[in-house]
Amino acid sequence: MSQQFSGNLGTVLRRELASYFATPVAYVFILIFLIMAAAFTFYLGGFFEREIADLEPFFRFHPWLYLFLVPAIGMRLWAEERKYGTIELLLTLPITATEAVIAKFLAAWLFIGLALVLTFPIWITVNMLGDPDNGVILAAYIGSWFMAGGFLAISACLSALTRNQVVAFILAVVVCFLFLLSGLPMVLDPFRAILPQPMLDAIANLSFLVHFSSISRGVIDLRDVLYFALVIGFWLIANRIVLEIKKAS
Amino acid sequence: MIEAKSLTRRYGPLLAVDRISFTVEPGTVLGFLGPNGAGKSTTMKMLTGFLPPTEGTAVIFGHDIITDSLAARRIMGYLPEGAPLYGELTVAQFLDFTARARGLRGRQAERAIAGSVDRLTLGEVLPQTIETLSKGFKRRVGLAQAILHDPRVLVLDEPTDGLDPNQKHQVRQLIRDMAEDRIVIISTHILEEVDALCNRAMIIASGRLLADDTPQGLLRRSRYNGAVTLAVDDAQVVASKLSELPEAAEVEIRRGRLTVFPSGRGNLFDAINRRLTEHQIRIDEIQLEGGRLDEVFRSITMEEAA
Ligand SMILES: Nc1ncnc2c1ncn2[C@@H]1O[C@H](COP(=O)(O)OP(=O)(O)OP(=O)(O)O)[C@@H](O)[C@H]1O
Ligand SMILES: [Mg+2]
Repeated sequence: MSQQFSGNLGTVLRRELASYFATPVAYVFILIFLIMAAAFTFYLGGFFEREIADLEPFFRFHPWLYLFLVPAIGMRLWAEERKYGTIELLLTLPITATEAVIAKFLAAWLFIGLALVLTFPIWITVNMLGDPDNGVILAAYIGSWFMAGGFLAISACLSALTRNQVVAFILAVVVCFLFLLSGLPMVLDPFRAILPQPMLDAIANLSFLVHFSSISRGVIDLRDVLYFALVIGFWLIANRIVLEIKKAS
Repeated sequence: MIEAKSLTRRYGPLLAVDRISFTVEPGTVLGFLGPNGAGKSTTMKMLTGFLPPTEGTAVIFGHDIITDSLAARRIMGYLPEGAPLYGELTVAQFLDFTARARGLRGRQAERAIAGSVDRLTLGEVLPQTIETLSKGFKRRVGLAQAILHDPRVLVLDEPTDGLDPNQKHQVRQLIRDMAEDRIVIISTHILEEVDALCNRAMIIASGRLLADDTPQGLLRRSRYNGAVTLAVDDAQVVASKLSELPEAAEVEIRRGRLTVFPSGRGNLFDAINRRLTEHQIRIDEIQLEGGRLDEVFRSITMEEAA
């Protein structure tokens, strides 16, 4: 059973990755990701001006980078399958819908991981200029990848709602934005009148920014990573349910 | 064997498939016939495990499509309507994916792909990206995917739709070859296809099963069954002579051709021949009709609508 499970995961995952690299989309995405990451780090982050040998200016902007780039990857996951009808091929193969949901997520997550790994010149630069704590940097990379996973799981689930990729993209950006900022007054204020304080605290605690800010400073708390893992799990289950409801239409 | 038990599917308030039941034995090529929106594709989507039925179920060689879905899917091959494919992949990549998804690995997978490629003559397009293929080739890739694992049940939704006559012929030949000791279910709007290909036909309209018969059986329901059509110089005169025959029920003239319908008493064809000789009427052409499927189709499905 578990061998078959991993076999099916691998099969769908390979197909997904083959699709990414069969079109220019993958290369364009990676290029834009790298350019934006560099621009944020060096211009907005003041990487050189700070004269501190760490990657804080690099990681600090990841939530904003992901806010648009991860929905751009996630929007096609199910919307495209539904638009072209290939979902009918996929879900009549002897593969369970759960396997398909997980495999598609993993493929996109690995792909984002690849883009993240390709930022290694920044890591080389900082090592040439000074003597950073590479353990902290590794931890921040892992934390960043998990946060990307959270954004991706949201995007994947919302992509199953529609066969229109643009709609899927916009929905995903909006929901990701809410999750990103849920600790800020802008999001909390409308709820202040109707919700009790513990609920408000709970909403504030959902904020990606809150959980990522310590990670980006190199303080990796297992609870923050666990938080993102739970977000991923929750949205993948939602994805599975949405798929079941929407595949007919 | 396939047993459909009261298969029903609603889309919101719309009843797309209404309690369809049937049993199919191996060796059958079953044709689904019906007007647009009849529920043919929806029935196929339920049989192949894509859509759960709202009510009822089907059992495919002992595997219930609801409770034992994976096992049922394993022995089925499916060509969905419009033959959807992953357009950005090459044919080779796509078939490789299908083989793996079917649990085939290594030599087994190679052999299955080679067999399928050979049957559908896809050799020359293996390295080509699917979206750049012609419609005929795309359809063949869809069929290759469906037959790759040598399934006991093949469900093909409009397999020859939009193909040129040569490709149609090839696909029909393939279906005939596959039919032996398997179950093939096709849907089609082409009535001759049913006659040429199927040994059983079901007419579905508004989600309901209205007729379940052999193509010959359906033809016998035609009022043209046993009618005689003649091409003569003076149709009016000949018509009045022939309508007196007790064997003839009715005579119709259309574009100079005369059709005499049988009354069921005696042999109409012989009677007409005798009458023609008696009166020394010269004919250009005479033909005994077997029946017209389009007319049967219309009368069965329109009756429903009325
Ligand atoms: N996803 C859906 N949501 C709502 N209604 C649907 C959906 N799919 C099909 N229908 C409706 O269900 C009915 C049956 O459709 P189906 O596609 O099964 O017909 P069909 O016999 O295959 O028609 P055709 O010959 O045109 O392919 C139609 O009225 C159709 O509009
Ligand atoms: Mg159809």
